[in-house]
Amino acid sequence: MSEKKVKRRDFIFTATYAVGAVGVAATVWPLVDQMNPDASVKALASTEVDVSSVEPGKTITVLWRGKPVFIKRRTQNEIDEARSVRMEDLPDPEKDEDRAKNPEWLVMLGVCTHLGCVPLNDKGDYNGWFCPCHGSHYDTSGRIRKGPAPTNMSIPNYEFLENNIIKIG
Amino acid sequence: MSDHNYTPKSKFGKWFNDRLPLLSLANHLTDYPTPKNLNYWWTFGGILTFCLITQIVTGLTLAMHYIAHADMAFDSVEHIMRDVNYGWLIRYIHSNGASMFFLAVYIHIFRSLFYGSYKAPREIIWILGIIIYLLMMAAAFMGYVLPWGQMSFWGATVITNLFSAIPLVGEGIVTWLWGGYSVDNPTLTRFFTLHYLIPFLILGLVVLHIWALHVPGNNNPVGIDIKKPSKDTVPFHPYIVIKDTFALLMFMIIFAFFVFYSPNVLGHADNYIEANPMVTPAHIVPEWYLLPFYAILRSVPDKLLGVIAMLSAILILAALPWLDTSKIRSAVFRPLYRQFYWILVLDVLVLGYVGAMPAEGLYLLIARVATAYYFAHFLIILPLLGFKEKTLPLPFSISDPVLGGSANLSMAKSDKKEG
Amino acid sequence: MRAFKILLITFLFFTVPLQINSAEKVELLKTDWSFKGPLGKFDRSSLQRGYQVYTEVCAACHSMKYLSYRNLMEKGGPEFSEAQAKSIAASFEVTDGPNADGEMFSRPARLSDKFPMPYPNEKAAQAANGGAYPPDMSVLAKARKGGVDYLYSVLLGYTEPPAGVTLDEGVYYNKFMYGNKIKMPKVLEDDLIEYGDGTLATEEQMAKDVVTFLMWSAEPHLEARHKMGFRAIIYLTILTILVYFSMKKIWSRVESEV
Repeated sequence: MSEKKVKRRDFIFTATYAVGAVGVAATVWPLVDQMNPDASVKALASTEVDVSSVEPGKTITVLWRGKPVFIKRRTQNEIDEARSVRMEDLPDPEKDEDRAKNPEWLVMLGVCTHLGCVPLNDKGDYNGWFCPCHGSHYDTSGRIRKGPAPTNMSIPNYEFLENNIIKIG
Repeated sequence: MSDHNYTPKSKFGKWFNDRLPLLSLANHLTDYPTPKNLNYWWTFGGILTFCLITQIVTGLTLAMHYIAHADMAFDSVEHIMRDVNYGWLIRYIHSNGASMFFLAVYIHIFRSLFYGSYKAPREIIWILGIIIYLLMMAAAFMGYVLPWGQMSFWGATVITNLFSAIPLVGEGIVTWLWGGYSVDNPTLTRFFTLHYLIPFLILGLVVLHIWALHVPGNNNPVGIDIKKPSKDTVPFHPYIVIKDTFALLMFMIIFAFFVFYSPNVLGHADNYIEANPMVTPAHIVPEWYLLPFYAILRSVPDKLLGVIAMLSAILILAALPWLDTSKIRSAVFRPLYRQFYWILVLDVLVLGYVGAMPAEGLYLLIARVATAYYFAHFLIILPLLGFKEKTLPLPFSISDPVLGGSANLSMAKSDKKEG
Repeated sequence: MRAFKILLITFLFFTVPLQINSAEKVELLKTDWSFKGPLGKFDRSSLQRGYQVYTEVCAACHSMKYLSYRNLMEKGGPEFSEAQAKSIAASFEVTDGPNADGEMFSRPARLSDKFPMPYPNEKAAQAANGGAYPPDMSVLAKARKGGVDYLYSVLLGYTEPPAGVTLDEGVYYNKFMYGNKIKMPKVLEDDLIEYGDGTLATEEQMAKDVVTFLMWSAEPHLEARHKMGFRAIIYLTILTILVYFSMKKIWSRVESEV
């Protein structure tokens, strides 16, 4: 067999394998992607919450996209406490001013950033939240202070509409 | 079949293979000596494996979104079609895949009939195949019920009512199958469970089917045993693998045409109407692949006898290795059988056609004649043919006609002139 | 050559049942649907007009329970802009709740809301329509033999009953309806509505637009399907050719034909 012939045969085989592999990859993708959130889940509406009846110092929990959202009306003490913390003391430094646009209202995803449990209100060493699963302590701004959780509890997109209505999402 | 001892080259391979001989198995599968004269009708085994795997994979993904509840099944299918990422694609592959599966299995069965692949020593392969075919019908029927459309509901009602033909216990069995006094939610949930289970039973039987095949090895178009393995056979890999792949791709092009351009043409419009126990659709027709048996069922005027005739039409196939008395396998060397074979093919197509037509007048008459002929073929013609038929001389070996430069069929034709 | 035979037999195998399905069909009215054919797409403006016909005419009796307002802006559909879709949604009221007091309340619809139902339940729908239930139209284009041609024909198929046919109160004669009797009165009349884009609202135009809209609602991914199918078949053809030559190469090692 001449060298030229060998080359041509190799080319045909390589091309066949390459084109075949592309097809397999293209076939696998729909089977994987079908497990991603579907169009109806992605389009899930924002939630609107009327917070006019929440007393200062109290927290309400609402469901948004299947997860609890804490809406806390903070007292002046709690706000001061949250704003006086030095950044060096925080494992995940973040200013309270950045977390609560309106200092009176803290709107936060009520999910511990360790492994996803729901922390308890007004518990723990920092007067904020305490996660009973593995002992993470959060302060009055929902920032992690002590325990295994790596980051602060996250803030969803939200906005204040008229008449004490908060629209989450 | 070469039963050589395989020893892996690497030390770890040897260690592993001594404990679990997977590498020996892989080596057996790649080296498996296959008759080199297999034609394209032999590629349907591989195509059927592809169909089974496609149905299982798409079925599993659909099951992640489908809800087996009478109130939600139809909605959940629409949810799959509209909102789930690529849901429409997966569902259309699954629903058309059932038709493609049956298309391939019918070609596979008729190939077997033509070349006598069911004859000794391959009876077990054949009977396993019949069991697989029966399970396929059960899976297809139950799968068709799951979207909970009008045809689903009324198909389920009609087919389960077949059991009421059984004397004394029939009614009790039907109620038991339904889990109530009509086809309803309990029926749907159990059908879903069984529809999920059966493909895995089929998969297990396919493994046995292939195992049983690898004991005597493949039949071939000439239908004679392998004389000189070195000359008559080629290793399964790469020769048969590449040929099967080529045939599979052609099959996939046809498959793709249905999925992308006529996804509903093989289905029935009524199944896009949600199940309604108060209204029966004007024409109840099973899926196309069940039509011949439906025609046999309706051609018998008695309820019980009709059901028996339909079941016998399938079960009679299991007895085929003993009903066919000819020692010659391939129809290539059986001039008379070849004629009857094509008449049978036509007969089954006619049965399929009248199965879709109303059971009245001329259609009913044709259905009766075709049913009678179907049974006559297996019970009268085949047993007698083995004694009466003057067969053509067989070639000495598979490689002889091939080496002589003539294809098998032309070889047979020249034999015919001489004989 | 043998491969060709396989194809031919396959073709025959499928055309037999197909011909069975097409037997005993009334000759339906035909029009040129833009979505037919391997690369067929919906006509956007026809879809938008069709939506207008649906809301202004059909929606009084027929629900479309599988459609949400977000679908109106999705790719492959009428493709209203997000702002348009939002304002369309906001013009409908939906029931939500319960609120903190445990009461249901109504609010303007949002993109994620489903189209509202014209009747609270099936019985109410029947009671309001002389016992006939106006079918949900979400998948109607797939749920009738003849599909879009049938729907188009029925919309335009109202005539005076032929001599000898008597109709009960509230029953109308239609050339194309199965059984020729229909409980839906003729609704489309020339200039029944005024199209936003200035198209002349003839009976045929409205029928064509609304049926196009129904085809989309039954098969919202039709365009994606056509496009993917075209690519898939081209891809498979290329791979088949490559595999064919690989096969020829491999089999050239043995003296046998493939």
